[in-house]
Amino acid sequence: MSQPRTLFEKVWERHLVAPQTDESPAVLYIDLHLVHEVTSPQAFTMLRERGLKVRRPDCTLGTMDHSTPTTPLDIPIMDAQAAAQIEQMKRNCAEFGVPLYALGSAYQGIVHVIGPELGLTQPGMTIVCGDSHTSTHGAFGALAFGIGTSEVGHVLATQCLLQNKPKTMAVRVEGSLKLGVSAKDVILALIAKIGVGGGTGYVFEYCGSAIRALSMEERMTICNMSIEGGARAGMVAPDETTFAYLEGRPFAPKGEAWECAVADWRTLPTDEGAVFDAEVYIDADSLEPMITYGTNPGMGMPITGRIPDPDSIGDPSQRETLIKALKYMDLQPNAPLLGHKIDVVFLGSCTNSRLSDLRAAAALLKGHKIAPNVRMLVVPGSQQVKRQAEAEGLHEIFKAAGAEWREAGCSMCIAMNGDQLQPGEYAVSTSNRNFEGRQGKGGRTFLASPLTAVASAINGCVTDPREMLERV
Amino acid sequence: MQPIRPFSSRLVALPIENIDTDQIIPARFLKTTSAEGLGAALFYDWRYDAQGAPRPDFILNQPQAQGAHILLAGHNFGAGSSREHAVWALQGFGFRAVISTYFADIFRNNALKNGLLPIQVDAETHRQLFSLVQEAPETEVQINLEAQQVVLPDGRAVSFPIDPFARRCLLDGVDQLGYLLNMADRIAAYEAAHPQRVNTLLNLA
Repeated sequence: MSQPRTLFEKVWERHLVAPQTDESPAVLYIDLHLVHEVTSPQAFTMLRERGLKVRRPDCTLGTMDHSTPTTPLDIPIMDAQAAAQIEQMKRNCAEFGVPLYALGSAYQGIVHVIGPELGLTQPGMTIVCGDSHTSTHGAFGALAFGIGTSEVGHVLATQCLLQNKPKTMAVRVEGSLKLGVSAKDVILALIAKIGVGGGTGYVFEYCGSAIRALSMEERMTICNMSIEGGARAGMVAPDETTFAYLEGRPFAPKGEAWECAVADWRTLPTDEGAVFDAEVYIDADSLEPMITYGTNPGMGMPITGRIPDPDSIGDPSQRETLIKALKYMDLQPNAPLLGHKIDVVFLGSCTNSRLSDLRAAAALLKGHKIAPNVRMLVVPGSQQVKRQAEAEGLHEIFKAAGAEWREAGCSMCIAMNGDQLQPGEYAVSTSNRNFEGRQGKGGRTFLASPLTAVASAINGCVTDPREMLERV
Repeated sequence: MQPIRPFSSRLVALPIENIDTDQIIPARFLKTTSAEGLGAALFYDWRYDAQGAPRPDFILNQPQAQGAHILLAGHNFGAGSSREHAVWALQGFGFRAVISTYFADIFRNNALKNGLLPIQVDAETHRQLFSLVQEAPETEVQINLEAQQVVLPDGRAVSFPIDPFARRCLLDGVDQLGYLLNMADRIAAYEAAHPQRVNTLLNLA
């Protein structure tokens, strides 16, 4: 009987071209490489300079999401630099034979939304992309993580990466989520607990009854923000929920190949008795909707909570960090966030822009208007999500409420496409980062779930969605 | 890539924890297709006011920072996005090393690929270095990659850990891609033994 292994270890070992030694990292084979316009151009330039080809264009897929406008597709791109970057992406993919779902394609979208929805993301794979939220794909039991542009070049040229084996941390979430508490709240609670560096050097495996009960899209929301806790990857063991999601998707195996694949995927979950390097526990029953008050995703609290007081923090460096954050956010210690006036609500990003997010938001918004002081952007994660939402009439609910219904992309999560906060504005955002200036220079972000975002849009201030859900 | 030899420099102190890559280089500067010229965007929103004028109280705008090669930063440097532009911006400004008590994984990897040294020291050394800058801003420390040491002005040497493979590459002035390219036979053997999982060339359009 072989040693019990974790899900991560099984996937890791399957992909070793060469094992790690004292002198050199492991050489890890990559099954799927996703490429976007912002972190790839310098890698293609390097290939050109060195006379190299893309080794496996058939295992590589390009799309455009970060710098693309979310205005109607027939409006030309106003930002000359963004337009040039988008053009360069087309040229690079054409020259190197990399398939591309460009802006205007029916399958274009945020890279971490399209991989799963096309059925490209599958259990047991290694998946990389020049984007830290590649951890999203771990929801399928894939080992998926973000890489830098040099590494994008390595994978383009060799389909391999040099990697030191990370440690493993089990994130056990037991119990059941209460009304108004969603996957986003689980991950914000985890990061608030362990801090933004708490998972550095680890791969998370999310497990426990609360994780098993989640849909694939909810699992993606959780895995997506693993990096905000410092972990490059987060994984969920594949199960019937995973297989049901994948079956019939365009790139999923078909017929006999499907049966073989599922039989193989069933061998992936962590063995009984396998040992993790660390473990953290979250009680799902006690979770409330979460919101962040500061300038990193670890500065989060239950929505009914009060902003922490720097005077209560012993460590001088941590105290300074909180003082600086509250100064940037213009918030007072010990004050509640409930009722805090907001200017913008952003519903979108690779964290929360999938059909189930839009459905949940629309269900709460239906029959309401957003507050007159609020601008609300709804940005579907992909063209496919946009079409599906429109087929269900969700866009009419958003528009009737006074929200903007936009084209697919990263949009105001990273604010490099023109969708951005103005200095001093407050936003409730369903995205993943509340760093200073992340959503626009001088902008202030409260991270929260789609339900909290909608409830806050309706009232024009930070609102506990449970108040509205209980009335329904 | 040039081999990394020992070098000495003043320290530029930025005593802030969890400095994320959005601060190192804001996303709006990523609409470039080149790695050149990004030093001008380094810490842009801390360095310049809303009108684009330098903020005199920010350390990078002070004489002490000009020509310095070592950034001394607070705990957990480089969290957040995978943008290698953060490393290119630091190098574009002239930095060759960042000293902190902790680095985010992707930033550390990106730095090592480009020859920017992520030097992790213990909390006590970290405090001493900050005091040193405060008391004697002109003081230089030496960084010796071969010996894996930071050498303080009093002669005391503090060791730092670094990935042995990356260290070898940086000392020899070779990049890591060459190593992978030399493994072509083993990669081909792996591919022959493992059927591919998906074919992205399947045309949906």
